[in-house]
Amino acid sequence: MKNEIEIKHKVGAKNKKKGLYFGKSMQLYLLLCIPITLVFIFSYLPMVGIIIAFKSYSYNLGIFKSEWVGIDNFKALLSYDNFSRVAWNTISLNIVFIILGMTCAVLLAITLFEIINRTKVKVFQTILITPNFLSWVIVGYMVYGLLNPEYGILNNILVSLGFKKIMWYSNANLWPGILSIANVWKNVGMDSVLYYAALMSIDSSMIEAAEIDGANKLHVIRYITIPQLFSLMTILLILKVGGIFRADFGLFYQITRNVGELYKTTDVMDTYIFRLMKDNGNFSLSTAASLLQSVIGLIMVLITNYIAKKVDPDRALF
Amino acid sequence: MKSIKKSTFVSQRIINSFIAILCVLIIMPFLLLVSISVSNEADIIKNGYSLIPREFDLSAYKYVFNNPSSIFNAYKVTAAFSVISMILGTMLIAMTAYPLTRKYLKGRRSISFYLYFTMLFNGGLVPTYILITQYLHLQDSIWVYIVPGLISPWYVFMMRTFFSDIPDAIIESAYIDGAGEIKIFFTIILSLSKPVFSTVALFTILAKWNDWYTSMLYINQDNLISLQYLLQKIIMNLELLQNSKFGTAGIISVKDIPSETTRMAMAVLVAGPALLVFPFFQKYFVKGLTVGSVKG
Repeated sequence: MKNEIEIKHKVGAKNKKKGLYFGKSMQLYLLLCIPITLVFIFSYLPMVGIIIAFKSYSYNLGIFKSEWVGIDNFKALLSYDNFSRVAWNTISLNIVFIILGMTCAVLLAITLFEIINRTKVKVFQTILITPNFLSWVIVGYMVYGLLNPEYGILNNILVSLGFKKIMWYSNANLWPGILSIANVWKNVGMDSVLYYAALMSIDSSMIEAAEIDGANKLHVIRYITIPQLFSLMTILLILKVGGIFRADFGLFYQITRNVGELYKTTDVMDTYIFRLMKDNGNFSLSTAASLLQSVIGLIMVLITNYIAKKVDPDRALF
Repeated sequence: MKSIKKSTFVSQRIINSFIAILCVLIIMPFLLLVSISVSNEADIIKNGYSLIPREFDLSAYKYVFNNPSSIFNAYKVTAAFSVISMILGTMLIAMTAYPLTRKYLKGRRSISFYLYFTMLFNGGLVPTYILITQYLHLQDSIWVYIVPGLISPWYVFMMRTFFSDIPDAIIESAYIDGAGEIKIFFTIILSLSKPVFSTVALFTILAKWNDWYTSMLYINQDNLISLQYLLQKIIMNLELLQNSKFGTAGIISVKDIPSETTRMAMAVLVAGPALLVFPFFQKYFVKGLTVGSVKG
């Protein structure tokens, strides 16, 4: 009798616990239902639209009734000179941005780290990160203030030095440089914050010990500071390479003011996809191009993340 | 000893000066905008822009304040959708992150992957555009700024990491006291998570404040355009605004913005407040960046 009661009690308690969990879980699902629905609508539903890449989309017929053309859109895309130029621009400019950006950010972080007065460093950092808070539209105004062919500062200086004015917005060859400078200007402050934080975690007694052993500044930088940053730099590099087929649309659209003559060197996948849709109304080609970009991007991320895991398992994305 | 101190002093001076010059170079473009905006228009036309105004003249600002409807409207719209996005977004992101920290939640892994996958792959511009315009009819509505981007998986995972650090003991004792998950969420989690909430809120409002892409794609009504898009239209000489659609509503048309100085004045009026406000929250931005990135 007693045992039965005991068992019933235990089972009852277990059920109660299960029920408790069940009740708890229901509430958790309740919390989750709106977010999951939103993600479904805005992130997963559009994936259905990918079939447009395999169709000849017509607005009147809609997505599902438009004519199926298989991989014709992709064949067409890959045959266009524009497309290969755009793909090349995207990758090559990203490589330049990554290398230049990292070098400048690391150098800046190391320099800031050498400053003894940490309050001064905070003030400097506050100023250096301000470009990050501006949109590319505003930066476009600033670039315009410098490069405006008629009134711009740079041309004024050139003229006063006796040179001719440069038609900045007509010369495509200048723009990889201009865009690189703009990109560094906007991001170096914020990027260096990350490296600076890593440097701040260096054990200062290690540096003191090295200095006592006769190391000068350069030795310290070479043997202590940089190795500390090495794993962070490697991981960030790997992760950035994962995104090499994507571009910052704002940078390429606003700074160039979408001037056609510059497309030769400034048209990248994202702007190309945008123009195919907005200007040409060619939804099929645009979708095909963005599908290519998404798939290549996915492959890149998977590969680079795999490599990242080998280098430093904690930091890989997944 | 003295010579060591001296060389450190000198090298510190050099480094400090170098960084100070760098700071000036970073700020200089903005100073350029300010300078042009307080210059005399005729002087600019004749001699071009200059870093220091040759003739101080506030007529650009007077012009803007006499015709404030476009910039005023854009401020209203931008402030509205930025604040709403910040509040709704932060709440919803937290509501997503908290359940993912409860290990007994069935399907926790799948839901996490469900969110994570959207960071790796998406439908692309055209399908999203078709969804928003043809099916959801969000164009020309303020909700197109708010709803599509509400749940950002990146921030969900950031919050999830933070919430996982809250000791289970606190939550367990709340269960014992009879609290349900939702009650726990609203009382305990919210009160202990102010830092991560501030960080996510700040990142969200910064992104929304600077949004021009949404306006460009989805908004045709000029009284619903965002601040940045207003500026974009002005600098890109978009002729679209030359219809009478404007004149009667009292909203300025682009061709009526005559001058270089006025354009820059508007840019200063848009960027200025942001530049004054956001740097004060530097601490949270830095925290957001470095979370999980720096070992030890």
